[in-house]
Amino acid sequence: MEFNVTLLGQAITFAILVWFTMKFVWPPLTNMMEERAKRIADGLAAAERGKQDLEAAEKRVADELRQAKQQATELILAAEKRANQIVEEAKDAARTEGAKLVTEAKSQIDQEVLRAKEALREQVAGLAVAGAEKILRKEIDAAKHADLLASIKAEF
Amino acid sequence: MASNATDYIKHHLTFWNSSHEGGFSSLHVDSFSVSLILGFLFAGVFAYVARNAKLENPGKLQLFVESIVEMVDTQVKEIFHAKSKVIAPLALTIFCWVFLMNAMDMLPVDLIPMAAQWIGFTFFGADPHHVYFRVVPSADVNVTFGLSISVLICIIGFSISAKGLGGWIKELFTAPFHASGPVGTILLAPANFALQMVELLAKPISLSLRLFGNMYSGELIFILIALLPWGVQWLLGAPWAIFHILVITLQAFVFMMLTIVYLSLAVEKH
Repeated sequence: MEFNVTLLGQAITFAILVWFTMKFVWPPLTNMMEERAKRIADGLAAAERGKQDLEAAEKRVADELRQAKQQATELILAAEKRANQIVEEAKDAARTEGAKLVTEAKSQIDQEVLRAKEALREQVAGLAVAGAEKILRKEIDAAKHADLLASIKAEF
Repeated sequence: MASNATDYIKHHLTFWNSSHEGGFSSLHVDSFSVSLILGFLFAGVFAYVARNAKLENPGKLQLFVESIVEMVDTQVKEIFHAKSKVIAPLALTIFCWVFLMNAMDMLPVDLIPMAAQWIGFTFFGADPHHVYFRVVPSADVNVTFGLSISVLICIIGFSISAKGLGGWIKELFTAPFHASGPVGTILLAPANFALQMVELLAKPISLSLRLFGNMYSGELIFILIALLPWGVQWLLGAPWAIFHILVITLQAFVFMMLTIVYLSLAVEKH
């Protein structure tokens, strides 16, 4: 064991090496590694976020699909209801129209009957008067008995 | 054979010293140059990767470097809770550099010394018996102490920056034993200071001697194995080399971990 200036040389070399490592080796390497770790973490976070977004989107799609289905069902129901309503309305309209027609026809018929009765009465009255004239030609003077004839006519 | 073996071992355990007389001002050219080259290799490769690091589709070299950085970063974050820009690069440098220096043990024991002898003899006309080259820098106490004393300076620096110069000096005299009155404090101060000094100095000594001991013994056993007849060398050499892969890595890791632990202790308040 013999100590000499080699020790000093070694210590100086050591100091230079440490300084060099501190300056040119350690910072760039560790910075780069940290940067990489950060990038990986960011990537993983982004992937996670993407997965969550996808899940949310799928959920929304399902929701909207269900809503659309519901709306369609509602529309169909409404349409059916409306159709029934229209049919009912048409039936009602037809019924009232029919009833109106019937009433009109009935009143016409009544009028016709009335007119026919009138005509018949006049004819019967005429006939009666004619018959009575024939029977009573001689005895009854049309001029004399005009009042009587008219009262008879009125009675018919 | 016996004297031959002794010479062989001695030759392998002698440093390439810049002066024949030795002394404090001499330099172990071999361990210093190898550690320098390995340090630049580490710094160069890591800086190259850091410069060309790609966020996406990293290459194999980048992934390798990143895994080491990640490992060091995890250890530092687990142990050291204060904020510091120095400690993580420091730990990374220690781990990689010590690992590379230890890994020199994996080279065949005679490869580099023989090459050095050949080069010395061929180009410089040197006597091969006087060309020495020890290739494992971490089996040199100068290298391990160079590291651990630097760590000690860091420990003191971290302590002072965390507690202030006054706070640190005060702690040297008032911890670990606390007294309630001023008289007790003064009485306990020498004991506290002695303990603190032991604690402080034990750290670099244990750090460097642990590494040195492991590497030196590993090298020595490789040299001893190299003395066996070549036909049976693999019988011991292979298991020892495989086991040594673990030792090399483990010692680098232990040096790094203990440095982090010591520094985290330095910034903690007692």
